[in-house]
Amino acid sequence: MTDTLMVEADRVSKSFGSNKVLKSISLTVKRGEVMCLVGPSGSGKSTFLRCINHLESVDAGRLRVDGELVGYREKGHILHELKPREAALQRRDIGMVFQRFNLFPHMTALENIIEAPLRVKRMPKAKAIERGMDLLAQVGLADKADSYPAHLSGGQQQRVAIARALAMDPKLMLFDEPTSALDPELVGEVLDVMKQLAKEGMTMIVVTHEMGFAREVADSLVFMDGGVVVESGDPREVLANPKHERTKSFLSKVL
Amino acid sequence: MSAETRSGSVAGSAPPPTDDDGTAIRAVKLRHPIRNIFAVIILLFAAAFVYDAALRPAYNWPAVAKYIFDRRISEAAVITLELTVYSMLIGVALGVVLAVMRLSPNPVFKSLSWFYLWVFRGTPVYVQLTFWGLLSVIYPTIDIGLPFLNPFITLPTGDVLNVFQLAVIGLALNEAAYIAEIVRAGILSVDHGQEEAATALGMSWFQTMSRVIIPQSMRVIIPPVGNEVISMLKTTSLVTAVPFSFELFTRSRDISAETFTPIPLFLVASIWYLAFTSILMIGQYFLEKRFARGIGVAQPEKKVTVATGAVPVVGDEGDDDQKSGGVHSGGTP
Ligand SMILES: Nc1ncnc2c1ncn2[C@@H]1O[C@H](COP(=O)(O)OP(=O)(O)OP(=O)(O)O)[C@@H](O)[C@H]1O
Ligand SMILES: [Mg+2]
Repeated sequence: MTDTLMVEADRVSKSFGSNKVLKSISLTVKRGEVMCLVGPSGSGKSTFLRCINHLESVDAGRLRVDGELVGYREKGHILHELKPREAALQRRDIGMVFQRFNLFPHMTALENIIEAPLRVKRMPKAKAIERGMDLLAQVGLADKADSYPAHLSGGQQQRVAIARALAMDPKLMLFDEPTSALDPELVGEVLDVMKQLAKEGMTMIVVTHEMGFAREVADSLVFMDGGVVVESGDPREVLANPKHERTKSFLSKVL
Repeated sequence: MSAETRSGSVAGSAPPPTDDDGTAIRAVKLRHPIRNIFAVIILLFAAAFVYDAALRPAYNWPAVAKYIFDRRISEAAVITLELTVYSMLIGVALGVVLAVMRLSPNPVFKSLSWFYLWVFRGTPVYVQLTFWGLLSVIYPTIDIGLPFLNPFITLPTGDVLNVFQLAVIGLALNEAAYIAEIVRAGILSVDHGQEEAATALGMSWFQTMSRVIIPQSMRVIIPPVGNEVISMLKTTSLVTAVPFSFELFTRSRDISAETFTPIPLFLVASIWYLAFTSILMIGQYFLEKRFARGIGVAQPEKKVTVATGAVPVVGDEGDDDQKSGGVHSGGTP
């Protein structure tokens, strides 16, 4: 059964000092599923995403990606933290897209994309460039290969960032508010790329306030508040008639 | 930038640009009369000073001309340059290591680096150089081996290290402490999201540092390091403390002690120092340009900005060049 599951969170908890940010989160994401994660600011959405690729370590509970425990090795009921090198090995299969793009400003769009394949996967340069150009074409930016990020619009930068993550051939993509830093007229071009990716069968977890995207593309919607999953289910259903009081009040603000 | 091109094309010989409406733009550049008056006054003072200096016997220009390319002086100048280059190279390499250690998550590295900085920044470089000069007195032999055991090899200190090498070591170790702080500030100036993005791509800590963080911090690091190089050029004059006396300043002073002409010899030394500093400043300019890539200063892709900047000239086409990205937006079929 577990081999159809891409992400499996089992009572995941995380605190920063005395601040309990994630309180026993349990959820699953199937292979090829698109899950949207929504919730008010400070509810722990980013922290949860960062736990999935071990940018943050979980304090309790178990988090598996593709059946493999993230960041730890289990030896007879005790979890041992992985070495940085082993954690890096797990991360290369998980793509992440950030709210503020985080492109490398001293590299051109193409250089941004081929950096990790060259250094991390040790792919031959010609092959990396060929794949990089394909990806740029896929996000509609074939003519911007030699542009530096500072010369691209926000929407273009975010599309390059998506291409950069895809260049590692990830089995799972994490998006942390990918359109929140964009001017309204640039949101569409980024969502279009993400829709296309979903159509091609990519497994995605998307933190977003774009309820239209959730309704149209997502297979499931999870509403988080105060570090717990308050409500989850089919996005159209949750958005149309939320059961929980907190979900209702949140949705009334963002819709 | 656009304002400049516009007024430039008006002031130049090209005919004033005309819009379709037929209204020509006539711009007169803002004038700065006060600025010009000041410039003239300063030039006058400078001219008076130079004229006076040229005729003043104390400067003894014939002696300056005689000693500027004197064999002993030019050799000393080369030695000064060597001291500067070697101690800077070692200082920068060690400084980067210290900075990275200080920022590493390893508490042992952190404390070691902190202790090093505490010692080498907390004592005057002149005292440090004196100490290095006394090394063979304090430690007559260099023992290689394990702590508390009989050494494998024992070498007399004086045979292993000559005074030039001691001078370089003294300058370099002191310099490393300052470079470490400059590099640390540079690394901290890079947005945290950069490290996060690199880590998320599966890059190791070392790859993240060397490929992403350090190249970006260069922009912040280079100007103060350039400053340090120039400062080092002059600090080399302190190596008499070792005692090493073949660099430019000490050499000039020693010659003047024989000839009783200190003023022209110090002028000679100053001219050499100035010449080296000028070369270093040119080098720094090119390094800064190199690491400004992608930061939006000097860019190869000027065409786009020029086209938009020169709107009044062509009118029709150049304008939507930049927006073409928007047209592409639905790029994925
Ligand atoms: N590195 C950290 N150290 C300490 N506290 C942190 C850290 N990262 C996040 N927090 C805290 O954890 C809580 C949840 O933050 P998180 O970024 O996960 O929220 P979010 O749901 O993504 O909110 P937003 O919509 O504003 O992005 C916040 O109270 C935040 O202050
Ligand atoms: Mg967040």
